[in-house]
Formats: sequence, C-alpha cells, structure tokens
Amino acid sequence: MVESVDSQVPLVSIRGLRFSRGSRVIFDGVDIDIPRGKITAIMGPSGTGKTTLLKLIGGQLRPSAGTILVDGQDIHRLGNRDLYRLRMRMGMLFQSGALLTDIDVFENVAYPLREHTNLSPSMIRKLVLLKLEAVGLRGARELMPSELSGGMARRVALARAMVLDPMMIMYDEPFTGQDPISMGVLVELIRALNDASRLSSIIVSHDVQETAAIADLIYVISNGKVIESGGPEAMINSELAWTRQFMQGLADGPVPFHYPAAELADDLLGGAC
Amino acid sequence: MLNALAQLGRVGIGMLERLGRGHLLLLGILRGLPDLLPRPGLLIKQIYSVGVLSILIISVSGLFVGMVLGLQGYYILSQFGAEQTLGVMVAASLVRELGPVVAALLFAGRAGSALTAEIGLMKATEQLSGLEMMAVDPIRRVLTPRFLAGFISMPLLAALFSALGVLGGYFVGVGLLGVDDGAFWAQMQAKIDLHEDVFNGAIKSVVFGLVCTWIALFQGFDAVPTSEGVSRATTRTVVHSSLAVLGLDFILTALMFGD
Ligand SMILES: Nc1ncnc2c1ncn2[C@@H]1O[C@H](COP(=O)(O)OP(=O)(O)O)[C@@H](O)[C@H]1O
Ligand SMILES: [Mg+2]
Repeated sequence: MVESVDSQVPLVSIRGLRFSRGSRVIFDGVDIDIPRGKITAIMGPSGTGKTTLLKLIGGQLRPSAGTILVDGQDIHRLGNRDLYRLRMRMGMLFQSGALLTDIDVFENVAYPLREHTNLSPSMIRKLVLLKLEAVGLRGARELMPSELSGGMARRVALARAMVLDPMMIMYDEPFTGQDPISMGVLVELIRALNDASRLSSIIVSHDVQETAAIADLIYVISNGKVIESGGPEAMINSELAWTRQFMQGLADGPVPFHYPAAELADDLLGGAC
Repeated sequence: MLNALAQLGRVGIGMLERLGRGHLLLLGILRGLPDLLPRPGLLIKQIYSVGVLSILIISVSGLFVGMVLGLQGYYILSQFGAEQTLGVMVAASLVRELGPVVAALLFAGRAGSALTAEIGLMKATEQLSGLEMMAVDPIRRVLTPRFLAGFISMPLLAALFSALGVLGGYFVGVGLLGVDDGAFWAQMQAKIDLHEDVFNGAIKSVVFGLVCTWIALFQGFDAVPTSEGVSRATTRTVVHSSLAVLGLDFILTALMFGD
C-alpha cells in the first residue's frame, strides 16, 4: 500500500500557532506534532483553548499566525473543495456529541455515507450496523438522539465519526460528565479503535487519570503555550512543579487556590470604600 | 463627547458588519439552490414545518379579520347607502393590504421565530460545526431548504388569509347584516382587478416571504451560541421582521398605487 506521505512525518504538525479572540490571546507560539498511529493527548485546565485547538486543526477557525499541516497539507491554505475532501478523512467527536436531533441514530450514522458516497441502501445499512455494533449500540438504531444518555450519544457520535474510515479522530473531552461505567467503556473503545484501524487519535481533555491511562504522548498546555510534553509516566513525575500540580490534581502550587485578591483581613475589616 | 462619537461609530460599524454578513449569507443560501434539486425530501419536510403548521393560525386570523372588516365596512358604507359594495371593500382591503401584511406578521411570529430558535439551537449544540467537520456545508443543507420553504409558503399563506377573510366578511355582511348575496359577489367580481389588486398583493407577499425568512435564518445563524443568545435572537427576528414588513409595505404600496 502506498502512503500519501511518508509515515515518519507527523500526521499533524503545528508551528508557531497564534490565535486570539478579541483582545484575549489564546495561543501564543504553540508547536505540536501529532504522530501517526498513536493516541496523543492535549491536556490543560478549562478555558485554555483545547476546543479551539481542535477547531483550528479542523480548519473551522483561522490562526492569526503560524501553520497547521494535516497529512502534509496546510489546512488554512486549501480551497473549499480540498478542505472538504481532507475533512472527510478527519473525524471529530464533539463534547456534546453534536448528533442531528431531527433524525434517529441509524440515520445519524448513515448521514456521512449518504452525503459523500453513492453506496446502495443495503450497503449503507450493513456499514452502519457494523459501526453501531463496534460501539455496542446496534440495538439502539431506532432511538432518537433525545432518548440517549450522554454516554450513548457520544458512542453514536463516535460511530458516525468512524463511518467514513478516517485517518484520524479528534476527541473533545470524551470523558467529561460520564458515569464510571460509560467512562470505562469509552476508554476501552478509544484504545481498541485506535489499535484496530490504524487510526491516529487526538484526545483533548482535563481528565488526567483516564487520559494518562490510554495516551501514548501527552502535551500539557496552559496560558497559550506548551508547558511540557512526553509520555504519561514522565508527565506525572515531571520536574516542573506546574505540570506535577496539574497531573496530580493538587489544590495549591504554582497555580494558587485563590483568585488574586486583597488580604482577607483588609477585605473583612475595611469596607471603607 | 468624543467618546460618545466613537461609541456611535462602533455601533454603526457593527450594524454595517451585520448587514454585510447577512448579504453574504443570502448569497450562500442562494448558491445552494441547485443542490436541492436531487433532494426534494429536504424541501418537503421544511414546507411542512414552516408552511403547513402555520395554516391554522393564518386561517383563524383571516376569518376574524374578514368578519371585523364586514362589520366596520357595513357601518360606514350603509351611511352612504352603499352596502352592496361591501364585497369590494372587504376583498380590496384584504387582497391589497391586510392579506400580505397581516399574514407576514403572523408568519414572522410563528414560523420565523421557530426557524431562528431551531438554527440557533443547532449552533449552540454544535450541530452546525458537526456538519462542517463531516465535510457538509450547513448553509446548503440546513438553511437553503428552509429559505425556499418560507419563500414558497408565504404567498400561499397570504392567499389563504385573504380567501378566508372574504368568507368572514361574507358571513357577517350577507349572513348577519342582510347585504344582498348577489350584489356582494357581483360587485366584487366587477371591481377587483386581477393585475391591480391580486397581482400586486401577490408581489408584496413574495417580498415579505423572502425578507422574513432571510431575517429569521440570519438571526439564528448569527446568534450567540448560548441559551440567552438564542432567546435574544428569536426576539430580534420578530421585531426586525415586523418592522421590515411594515416599512416595505409602505414603499411597495407607494410604488404600485401611488401614481
Ligand atoms: N465563540 C467564542 N467567542 C468568543 N470567545 C470564545 C468563543 N469560544 C470560546 N471562547 C473563549 O476562548 C477560550 C478558550 O475556549 P475553549 O477552547 O472552549 O477552552 P477549553 O476547551 O480548553 O475549555 C475561553 O476563554 C472561551 O471563553
Ligand atoms: Mg472545551
């Protein structure tokens, strides 16, 4: 099989990325390489711009400087047609699942096939049922999205993201708000899918334990910069106090527990203003 | 002083920006029309939710407006001994003005607000982003069918409104107040002109349908993706559509009948 680009080259390569929302700088010179065939986690506290990063990689937002190469193509320089062709090979799992609410589970998973292929109805049915089987929801095909639990909705969205057999899947906070059982199911699924289908996975998350358990490589970002990167072990036992605080979930450290404020005593006794 | 001026400028630029985005969106919607041909199902589904579901409110309102016209018209016309022209009065006011205008106002309140809320919620729940990431253009797939459905439904709804209004006027005028049955219809037939009245009224409702649907879709698509943002966008749809309908009605009336 001929690879379109040498498999040594990273699947996604981000260089000098800058992005701001209004006057707020979200990324300020970020370099990230996402290797092929691995699970790469990008971790950081809420509001650091993890979702924004995925939207930048998917070409939904434009950086103010820097480049993002996806499979060797500069995603922000592609024309509409090429961009859409590239997106067909990128699956994305949104935090909410983002299922279309007016059609049932089966039709949601079939949607990309109906849009982008000319497969016969019986072929589409087979493919959809196989993907639903892989996430354990073949029996739920006739339910509407509103009838699904959060974990089920995410699994349906996963089946939909996989149905065109993409080269990569981006997961936005896959573990947040899941009960322990569906959390376990998702962790297993993500690992199994990645290994079975020669996929590359990007997980964006602040759930340290689950993510560290399945990631091959972790980038820790905060305040618009990459703080550190490496394997999960190395990150948990990091030299840097900040990374250690984040990975081990300590309440106080370089990131103070208190939002900057005047001295408590002054605040309580003062009232002079 | 200078601050106030800068503020004014900012507001002005913001408005122009929105206007520009609105026109770009309309262009995108229109470009999606050829894409709709192989997918008639999408259009039919939207005609149902935009048009068919508005039929009840339009019919009931049309009937009542016609009945009121019958009462008020009879009161005035009978003072001049001209009760027989009641049919003309009722039909002309409905076909020329009240049909297109009131139907459009009701349409903005029922279908327009629903469109805005639906699109805004799709944005807030990342469904539109999801479509984009599936390499599907949400403008073509989601907005274009809704736009065409509104464009087609509005004139039909306005016609329904006028027709039921005439019936309402008939019930009151002929049924209750004793206007001559034959005169009611004969005068109407003789005096209502296909081009002057019916055709001009139809043009109005086509314009209103376009504008109301466009405003509703733009407000939804441009909404701040939070529950508060969507609710504000829904309110704006009703306010902007109503003002646009009334303002355009004046302009169109002046152009059509103001010679
Ligand atoms: N549409 C938007 N408009 C303006 N600011 C936004 C928008 N979306 C996100 N932000 C801001 O950008 C920052 C990063 O958001 P996000 O990428 O969602 O963070 P994370 O996913 O890491 O929690 C947040 O401070 C958020 O308030
Ligand atoms: Mg997020």
